Amino acid sequence: MISSFLWQEMARLTGEHFLLVLVSMAIAAAAGLPLGVLLTRRASLRTPVLGFANVMQTIPSLALFGFLIPIPFIGGIGKRTAIVALVLYALLPILRNTLAGILGVDPAVRESAIAMGMTARQLLWQVELPLAAPTIIAGVRIATVTTIGTATIAAAIGGGGLGVFIFRGIASVDTTQILAGAIPAALLALLSDGGFSWVERRFAHS
Amino acid sequence: MDRPGLAVRRESLGRSLSRTQAAALEFRQVSYRIGSTLILDNLNFRLEAGRTLVLLGRSGSGKTTALKMLNGLVFPTAGEVLVDGVPTTQWDLIQLRRGIGYVIQEVGLFPHFTVGENVGLVPRLERWPPQRIAARTAELLDQVGLDPARFLHRYPRQLSGGQRQRVGVARALAADPKVLLFDEPFGALDPVTRLELQDQFLALRDRVRKTSIFVTHDVREALRLGTEIALLDRGRLEVLTTPEEFPNSSGPEARAFLSTL
Repeated sequence: MISSFLWQEMARLTGEHFLLVLVSMAIAAAAGLPLGVLLTRRASLRTPVLGFANVMQTIPSLALFGFLIPIPFIGGIGKRTAIVALVLYALLPILRNTLAGILGVDPAVRESAIAMGMTARQLLWQVELPLAAPTIIAGVRIATVTTIGTATIAAAIGGGGLGVFIFRGIASVDTTQILAGAIPAALLALLSDGGFSWVERRFAHS
Repeated sequence: MDRPGLAVRRESLGRSLSRTQAAALEFRQVSYRIGSTLILDNLNFRLEAGRTLVLLGRSGSGKTTALKMLNGLVFPTAGEVLVDGVPTTQWDLIQLRRGIGYVIQEVGLFPHFTVGENVGLVPRLERWPPQRIAARTAELLDQVGLDPARFLHRYPRQLSGGQRQRVGVARALAADPKVLLFDEPFGALDPVTRLELQDQFLALRDRVRKTSIFVTHDVREALRLGTEIALLDRGRLEVLTTPEEFPNSSGPEARAFLSTL
């Protein structure tokens, strides 16, 4: 019943979907982690930056993809626009958990580190980041799992991925097509969730 | 009045900064103000190298703030604090702090480091060779009464409160600092363990001869551990004297503390 053509397309779109998520998460982490660290140092930036990330989260995902289309340089039809939207979505959990993880380091531990003559850089890399790691990884995990789901909407603006099946299935009232998109997406989400929770446990210290 | 090592400075004119004369630690007209609240009010004293000053006072008397001025965690809003004759504002703070051991009540051991890694931290920051760090770490654990073979590879969460505090003391001593600062280090321990650690502190003090400042609100501890006692009352130095003479002090705060004996 399931043609070999469908299997092939499933493999291709799953790969595309995975790549879409991978690139988005890499950008979101590369931007969100340093920005989160900066927010721990500059309290005055917290409200505006977290406010922006919060507002991004509240925009319905389909609408956000739509809003981006007319914007020059980052907008238009295709993968680039989809990645911009996914990055904007992934930013909040990464930012918030980086901030919470570092601010959650026991003040006595932080004071000891400073009093023992650690430089700001040593404090960050040897004390704050290792102790905040489980919380930060949890943030990346939440962002990744959500992004895998949200990335199905990328197909609506020509971004490809498993959403192609889903939108096609809805349009043609074809459950097989919808499932061909939904099942691999769900499996991807489960796999990455499991992977991250393993990494998280490895970084847990107490 | 012959009190070696004890000199309350009422004038600071014509003071030479030569190394041999320099007191290890000195407060000169030090005040600290947050908004309109005066935390420390014109503090003046000098502590010679090798002595142990106990800063005694109630919660909120400013004793911890005074202590944190010595390793540059807090700076005076007026006056200056001198370490080895140099104001803390002119020290390279990283160098200053690596030369001062610091022990606090909450211990502040790094939970992701083993006991050995905690103790060896400052030597590691100072880039000692690994064999020297390992030898030093084992020696120090031994000195504070912890068997290196048993404790070296444990994590802080696997220790009792008293053992943690011993590791904290070993960590403070690791790079052989000139000065040791103690902020109510034994306050959270049970009375028996506290007594043991006080004994160990005295034994260590006789062996390693550091200049130490010890903050406490326990007058018994002050009398046991200090070579001098400074009593702070709401940011002011009420009396600076020896443990022998402290019971004869007539100030109201001193009488209040003595009545707890």
